Parts: sequence; structure tokens; C-alpha cells
Amino acid sequence: MLQLSKNPTIDTAVKLAGVTVAMFAFVFVVMVPLYNVLCDVLGINGKTSGEAYTAVEVKVDTGRTIKIQFIASNNAGMPWEFGATVPMMKVHPGAVNDVLFFAKNPMPSAMVAQAIPSISPTRAIEYFHKTECFCFNQQPLDGESSAQMPLQFIVDQDLPADIKTITLSYTLFDVTDMANSAVAKR
Amino acid sequence: MGDHHHGPAKGLTRWITTTNHKDIGSMYLWFSFAMFILGGAFAMIIRAELFQPGLQLVEPGFFNQMTTMHGLVMVFGAIMPSFVGLANWMIPMMIGAPDMALPRMNNLSFWILPPSFIMLACTLFMDGGAPQAGWTFYAPLSTTYAPPSVTFFIFSVHLLGVSSIMGSINIIATVMNLRAPGMTYMKMPLFVWTWLITAFLLVAVMPVLAGAVTMMLMDVHFGTSFFSAAGGGDPVLFQHVFWFFGHPEVYIIILPAFGVVSQIIPTFSRKRLFGYDSMVYATASIAFLSFIVWAHHMFTVGMPVAGELFFMYATMLIAVPTGVKVFNWVTTMWRGSLTFETPMMFSIGFLILFTIGGFTGLMLAIAPVDFQYHDSYFVVAHFHYVMVAGAIFSMSAAIYYWLPKWCGRMYNEKMGQLHFWVSFVGFNLAFFPQHFVGLAGMPRRIPDYALQFTDFNMMSSIGAFIYGAAQILFLYNVIATIVSGKPTSEEKTWEGAEGLEWTVATPAPYHTFETPPPVK
Ligand code: HEM
Ligand SMILES: [Cu+2]
Repeated sequence: MLQLSKNPTIDTAVKLAGVTVAMFAFVFVVMVPLYNVLCDVLGINGKTSGEAYTAVEVKVDTGRTIKIQFIASNNAGMPWEFGATVPMMKVHPGAVNDVLFFAKNPMPSAMVAQAIPSISPTRAIEYFHKTECFCFNQQPLDGESSAQMPLQFIVDQDLPADIKTITLSYTLFDVTDMANSAVAKR
Repeated sequence: MGDHHHGPAKGLTRWITTTNHKDIGSMYLWFSFAMFILGGAFAMIIRAELFQPGLQLVEPGFFNQMTTMHGLVMVFGAIMPSFVGLANWMIPMMIGAPDMALPRMNNLSFWILPPSFIMLACTLFMDGGAPQAGWTFYAPLSTTYAPPSVTFFIFSVHLLGVSSIMGSINIIATVMNLRAPGMTYMKMPLFVWTWLITAFLLVAVMPVLAGAVTMMLMDVHFGTSFFSAAGGGDPVLFQHVFWFFGHPEVYIIILPAFGVVSQIIPTFSRKRLFGYDSMVYATASIAFLSFIVWAHHMFTVGMPVAGELFFMYATMLIAVPTGVKVFNWVTTMWRGSLTFETPMMFSIGFLILFTIGGFTGLMLAIAPVDFQYHDSYFVVAHFHYVMVAGAIFSMSAAIYYWLPKWCGRMYNEKMGQLHFWVSFVGFNLAFFPQHFVGLAGMPRRIPDYALQFTDFNMMSSIGAFIYGAAQILFLYNVIATIVSGKPTSEEKTWEGAEGLEWTVATPAPYHTFETPPPVK
């Protein structure tokens, strides 16, 4: 076996110190990245997958009605008014649906926001396709102005039969600082 | 040469500069008892507030600080150092070594602890109070919403992590290099085995805890967002990192306790331990499995079904080696000539109550059921059965068992029995009803509760006060033994005891086994 010191006690101690350092590094170089990769690949974490949805032949399944609930909330410290224009929609799988969200910046200065989506139940994630969403981009707003923000989605025909309600939740984050520093860099 | 053989130095310097494993062991034990009293005081505040529904004594914010500090002080300040102290005293004497392998580091790893806990205790007096996010300090409660004292908390965790890593390295180096000739691994007493495996667990997971608090530190002060969704991070990541440490941690707490009862039960059964080999393998498999079950603490975070199933089955698998151990202890007692001195009473208490805790653990391991049990008082009942009736009962047993050898005086048996029975009754009165209120829906970590839980909570509080009082009796008994106990100089305090520690003089001289003993 690898011998690091002539004194066997020191040898054991040095090797164990090595294990300690390695485990500390393991947290940062393995656990954190692995967690993010796994969440991405498996589509867990409530985020819809980044892949583009290639429309299959649309067959609207009028035999089923799915309830879609909208939740909109602000992250801590975000002063905007933000919400869906309707709290809930009833849709058929396969049909293309449009809904509007609204946002209002009550502050005197311009701000930039980013909405982060989350879907529950998690099993519904892969059957919920957004063809257009305000959450794909950041939303700038001048001071004391407001905007309507579109969302277009299709619920997959293959949605498991036991799922009758899908909740789509958005959290709005203030990304003004990040957006500004990105501009400054350019 | 001569100066190596002198006795202890005089006065305070003896304790500050000592590298003697017995001195350091004693300091660890006294320190952990002080922490036990401090953590116990926090618990008394919690139970006093919960005696009745409504808010009587403390503000909810302070209540949260109490649950947090109680958990942290008990786990990291009382239980862990007490077993390190025991390891310091007993491992060299059990394997025929003159001292620990790295005596100076041993001194350092002890002396890091008091400053670390003084700092933690000081957070109570800081602006915004002590940490309040629970002993599991989930982000963002412990980052975005934490009081400013969280920085001191983080530093304190770093320090105690360094201390226990050094302690474990020392134990492993001692066991691997200083065994007396002929003391093969499979001849080592089980206490040494369980500590060896525990020490490996510590070396593997304490750095992970350090990593978790380091990430918190960076989120709080250096603008990273490991755990903040606003910056692209994820609070659930914190739970994964924490429990990757946290579950092995609970076995770090219980494995040395397993070792203690594996020493004591054969002594008072006057039989060899049944199934020595299987005990060793069971301990090793528990240690291995403890790395792949962490997410049973997180069944409700929204894992994929496959994940829920994996962690559910893996957790249940742990019951198998644990069951092997319980059966071995029972079989050791089977047809033994049993006597019931205080150490044996605490060991039997351990056996019964730990098994109850194991069963409630199995109930919690059933993922769909855990959705109801999670974060209820049922979980509180579960882990107090395994940690108090498990770790602390076995620690009490260990003190009564080895105290005569340490100080050459016999404890008062009547008082020992009284301590046991008052503890046993108080403990069960305190924690058994918590199963019921938990199943009925009372959440943990709240200062107020619905009226229908009143009776059981009153019982719980009374039981907790009784259990607390019993520990004052314990302290008195130990001090009375050391000061004025009946002197004994028999090498074997207990006629059924086996092992090298019983071959040295009583009280154990300052230096033992300076020449290695023969091992049969
Ligand atoms: C058969 C063995 C065991 C099983 C199957 C088991 C299972 C579990 C499960 C599933 C939970 C999570 C409950 C929840 O939060 O909903 C839990 C919590 C806990 N267990 Fe165990 N357990 C076992 C043994 C132990 C032992 C030996 C200890 C420590 C000595 C321990 C200490 C804890 C602690 C401290 C918690 C609560 C952590 C917290 O949320 O504060 N368990 N156990
Ligand atoms: Cu666990």
C-alpha cells in the first residue's frame, strides 16, 4: 500500500486528512453540479424541460376537460403587481390555449423582472407544453407603467387520465441589477 | 528518560497542557455533561411553554431559538463529545496501548470545543438572538431570514467539525497502529469496533457538514446563491447536502452506544457476547447503508416516485442489521445468570426503548405514510427514543460501569437504581404521549397548539421535568462517588467482566500498558 511516512501513525493520519479534504471538495465539485444536472435531465424540480416542443398532429380530445389553475406571486422585496387575468381555465388536451398575465411596475424608475415557472403535480410537467411564454424572456417595464404578458400552451393528449387539475405557478423576481450589469459589460 | 514517568502536573496547567488520554477523556466527559445541563435547561423552557396551550412564558421567536439551541447543544455538545471522552478513556485500555496515537492533537481537539460552544451560546445575547431555524437549519430560514448571529453559528460549526475530525483521525490511528501484539481486529472489544467504524463515518461526513455551512456563509456574505432560487440556486439542495451528513450523523451517535451495551450485557449475563462476528458485520453494513438513505428525511420535497421507492426500501433495509444486533443482545441474555446492577438496568432500558424507536423509524420509512407523519410530534418521539433512550441511556450505563475503575470508588447502588427508575419513568412519560399527539396532527417546533392536545402535552412536560431532575441526581451520585464513595481496589469491579481494561489496577493508574500486555 501507498506509504506516505515512515511512522505508521503519521501515515494513517495524513491519509485520513486527505480523505477529509477530498470529502470537503466533493460537496462543491460533485454534489452541487450533480444535483443541478440531475434536476435538468430528469425534469424534476417543477421546471418545464428546456427542449422545444415539436407539434404532433393535433387531435383535440374533447372527451376530457383539464382544469388549469394559475398562481402568481412575487419573490421577497419585489414591488410589482403581478397576476393572471383569469384565475383558472378549463381546457381540452390537444387544444391551443391563450391566457394573459398582467404586470405593473408601481415604482418611479424602470425595472426588469424575470418570471420562474413551476408546475404541479410534477408528473404533469412533461405533458405541459408552452409554445409561447413571457417567462422565456426578461420583462422590462418603465416606471409606473404596466404590460399584458401572453402565454400560449398545449396540454398533451397523452396526459395520464388521473390528472384532472394542473397548477401553473409563477414567481416574479427582480433582476434589475443583473440586467444592468450585463448591459454595462457590453 | 525519567521525566516520562512522572504523574500528572499540578493545578490548572495540568488540564490545559495534558496529553494524557485519561485526563482528556475526563475533560470531554465533564464538558459534555455541562452541555447536557445547558441543553437540558433549554428543553425545560420548551416544555414549560408547552405545558398549556396558548403563549405563556416566551415569545415565539425565542421559542424557536430554544428548539434550535437545544438540538444543536445536545447533538454536538452533549452526545458526541461524551462518546469521544469514553473513547479516549477506554480504547487505549481496551487494546493495550499506552495512550492515543496522537496525544498533542488530542489535546487540541478537546480545547477547540469549549470556545466553539461558548461562541454558540453567546449568540443568545446578540442582536436578533440566536439561530432559530432548527437544529437542521434549513435554508433559506438559516440564510435569507437568519439573524446576524448566523455567522457566529457557522464559525462554531466549523470549529466543532474540525474538533471531531481530529478526534476521529486520532481514534483510527490508535486502533490501526497501537494494538497490543496478538490483538487482532477480530479480537477487539465491540466498543472499539463500533468506534472505529464511527470514526470513519465522521471523517467522511463532517467535511460535508462543513461544506454545507460554508455554502451558507457564502450565500449570506459573498453574494453566491447556492440555496437561493432568486439567483438560480435551490433550497432543496441544502436539504440534500445536510442529510447526506445528517443521516450518517445519527449513526455516529448510536454506534458507540451499541458498542457500550455490547460490553455491558455480556458482563451481567456472565456469558460471552452472542454472535460477535455478526455484530461486527452488522455494524459495518449499517455504516455503509447510512450513506444511501438520507432522503427519507425529505419524502415530501417532491421527489420522483422512483426516488421515494429507492429511499424507502433502502431505509427499511437498515432494520435488518439493526435487528441482528437486537437479537444478539437478547440471545446473550438468554439463559445467562443475570444480575441487575445499574449499568445492566440502563442497558436493558436501552434495549427495550431503542427497539421501540427503531419500530417508529420503520413506520416513518414508509414514504406514503410519512407524508402524514413528517414534521409532526411523531418524529420528535421517534428520535428521542433512539437518541435519549438510545445514546444517553447507554452513556449513563457506561459511566456506572467504568466509574469504579476510573476513580477506585464504588457508586451508591441504591442511588443508581433510583436514577434509572426515575429516568425510565420520566422519559416514557415525556415521550410516549408525543407519538399520539403526533399521529393526531400536532406539528413539531411550535410554541402553541390546539386544545385537544393539552392533556398529552401536560403529561409530556411533567415527564420531561422528572427526567431532568433525575439527571441532577446522576450528577450528585457521580460527584459523591468520586469524593466519598466506598474505596475499591479490586481489578475486576464486576466478576463477569472480560477485557484488558479489567487487568490494570483500580483506580486505573495515570499510565497504563507502557509495555504491551500479552493477549490470549
Ligand atoms: C431502524 C432504524 C431507523 C429508521 C428506519 C429511521 C427512519 C427515520 C425516518 C424515515 C425519519 C424521517 C421522519 C420525518 O422527518 O418525516 C427519521 C427521523 C429521524 N431519525 Fe430515525 N430512523 C432509524 C433510526 C434512528 C437512529 C438510530 C437515530 C439516532 C440515534 C435516528 C435519529 C433520527 C433523527 C434525529 C430524526 C429527525 C431529524 C429531524 O428532522 O430533526 N433514527 N428516522
Ligand atoms: Cu435518517
